[in-house]
Amino acid sequence: MNHSASPAPSARPAGAEPVLKVRGLVVRYGDRTVLDGIDMTVARGEIRVILGGSGSGKSTALKGILGLTEIARGEVELLGQPMVGLAEAQRLQLMQRVGVLFQNGALFGSLTVGENVALPLREHRKLPQGAVRELVRSKLAMVGLAHAEFLYPAELSGGMRKRAGLARALALDPEVLFCDEPSAGLDPLTSLNLDNLILQLRDRLQMTVVVVTHELASIEGIADSLLMVGGGKVIAEGPVAEVRQRGIAEVDEFFARKARVSTSTDCSAAELFGLVASASSGGA
Amino acid sequence: MPGKDGQIILDLSGVLAIDNAGTATLVGLWREARDRGAVLQLAGVSGAVLQKLNEFRVSSEVVAAPKPAGVWESLGGRSWHGLQGVGEFVVLAADVTVGAVLSVLRPRSLRWAALAQQMSLMGSQALGIVGLITFLIGLTLAFQSAYQLRQFGAAIYVATLTAISMVREMGPLITAILVAGRSGSSITSEVATMKVGEEIDALHVMGIPFVDYVAVPKLLAMVLAVPLLTILADGFGIMGGWVVGTVYLDIAPLPYLQKTIDSLVAKDLATGLIKSAVFAWGIALIGLYYGMGVRGGAQEVGRATTASVVSSIFFIIVADSLFSILFYVVLG
Repeated sequence: MNHSASPAPSARPAGAEPVLKVRGLVVRYGDRTVLDGIDMTVARGEIRVILGGSGSGKSTALKGILGLTEIARGEVELLGQPMVGLAEAQRLQLMQRVGVLFQNGALFGSLTVGENVALPLREHRKLPQGAVRELVRSKLAMVGLAHAEFLYPAELSGGMRKRAGLARALALDPEVLFCDEPSAGLDPLTSLNLDNLILQLRDRLQMTVVVVTHELASIEGIADSLLMVGGGKVIAEGPVAEVRQRGIAEVDEFFARKARVSTSTDCSAAELFGLVASASSGGA
Repeated sequence: MPGKDGQIILDLSGVLAIDNAGTATLVGLWREARDRGAVLQLAGVSGAVLQKLNEFRVSSEVVAAPKPAGVWESLGGRSWHGLQGVGEFVVLAADVTVGAVLSVLRPRSLRWAALAQQMSLMGSQALGIVGLITFLIGLTLAFQSAYQLRQFGAAIYVATLTAISMVREMGPLITAILVAGRSGSSITSEVATMKVGEEIDALHVMGIPFVDYVAVPKLLAMVLAVPLLTILADGFGIMGGWVVGTVYLDIAPLPYLQKTIDSLVAKDLATGLIKSAVFAWGIALIGLYYGMGVRGGAQEVGRATTASVVSSIFFIIVADSLFSILFYVVLG
């Protein structure tokens, strides 16, 4: 039970079936190819970060994996089952082993926070009322929202909604947890608590965590491995430290937070008119 | 001043300061000149102006604005989308209808709490408005016909006319139109909001079928509640006529009611209820369809809701005409 904070993925038992296997994933919106052949393999117990700027296709990758958007080509194997062409009954079963935290929590507005967390339990488990209630309280306490059980999502702040969404995603003790931008909009302290929680879950339950984010700062400490996506393609994949050492320009930019505001072919209005700063500076 | 070989020289020596808008104007002129094969040059640029010109970034990436589609293209596009829409509607309607039938056959799989809540929203809470409106319709019908019938000394037939028009036509029609405005719109806006807030996606990944959890309770509640509301509407409409008959036409209360009962046959009531169930089915499915069709942000929710109500009312009127032909021409 007492794992180190961030064991290298290589330390995991070799030959274990990967939790998630993606091969040649292509997603198109109309004529636009958003994802152009994504490959990735995530091992059990791994904390994997899918990193990319806005418009890089990282959220689309998540949607493609979860079957929320149509896949033009490619294969997705989740917990050993193919997502494409899976019969609806099997898919419903499979999804009970998966938890998803959506960007804004995606709580049901007509249900209280407690009812939101209870929903998957009521739908998929035959439990006595008392057990459901205790499970709900336990999950809410885990994310620090025990006091919010009877509030409606509209009465919560953005960060609280996200944590409630996490409690709901964890309701069935999933084997894999997918998080879409978990720390966006959270204060640094809450974000840190979230990281610690994810780490605990992984260590205690051997849960696999796949995090999609555009900012690595918060999750960097707990991530085992990294998949960098840009322009719909995989730029780099591997353990965080190793990927950083490879000296790939896009990765460096992300870590150094060097902003590229404009492309090199842009110019100033002065250059456009062929004026040079020194040429007429004395003319004033 | 004009220069040689299409050169245009703009003398800025009198200009002491310039802002971004001014700079943008100059860049715009430069682009226009270039497109016409000329070159715009500046002269007498002061230090302050030069600094501004240095700060202003000119993007090298110029994206052409999409051309608005021509008449034929947009007509073709709309027809194609319309056809696709019909296809999607048929799939959704089949899914939800089959889901509803299955859940009726296996009552344990039905979400009873959701059904009860929807029945209350669509049915009980509409009682007041449906009763009031149909009472007034009955009243108006009776007044209008009384004016004509009295000339022939046939005032008692007001009872017949009001009863038959309420039960066969006005009851089901007015109820359905009111429900389309009240509940059809709320189905669309609720489902659309769920869609925008990723709640539908959340159901999908939680392994909870949208059809069973959201759509079936709404469809069943609608199909159960609207015929019940229609019966109420028939009653209130007849009551409106009765008030006119007894107060304005001095017909004795009981003979009026007797005449009403005599004039109605079981077929009138049955056809009215069948119609209203079909209207309800259409309102629920059209509401769901427009809600599910929302792509993008919150501004789409309002547009979808409007479209849903208009389509529902259109559906109700068309279906009503078809039913009139079926019940009274084909089946005699």
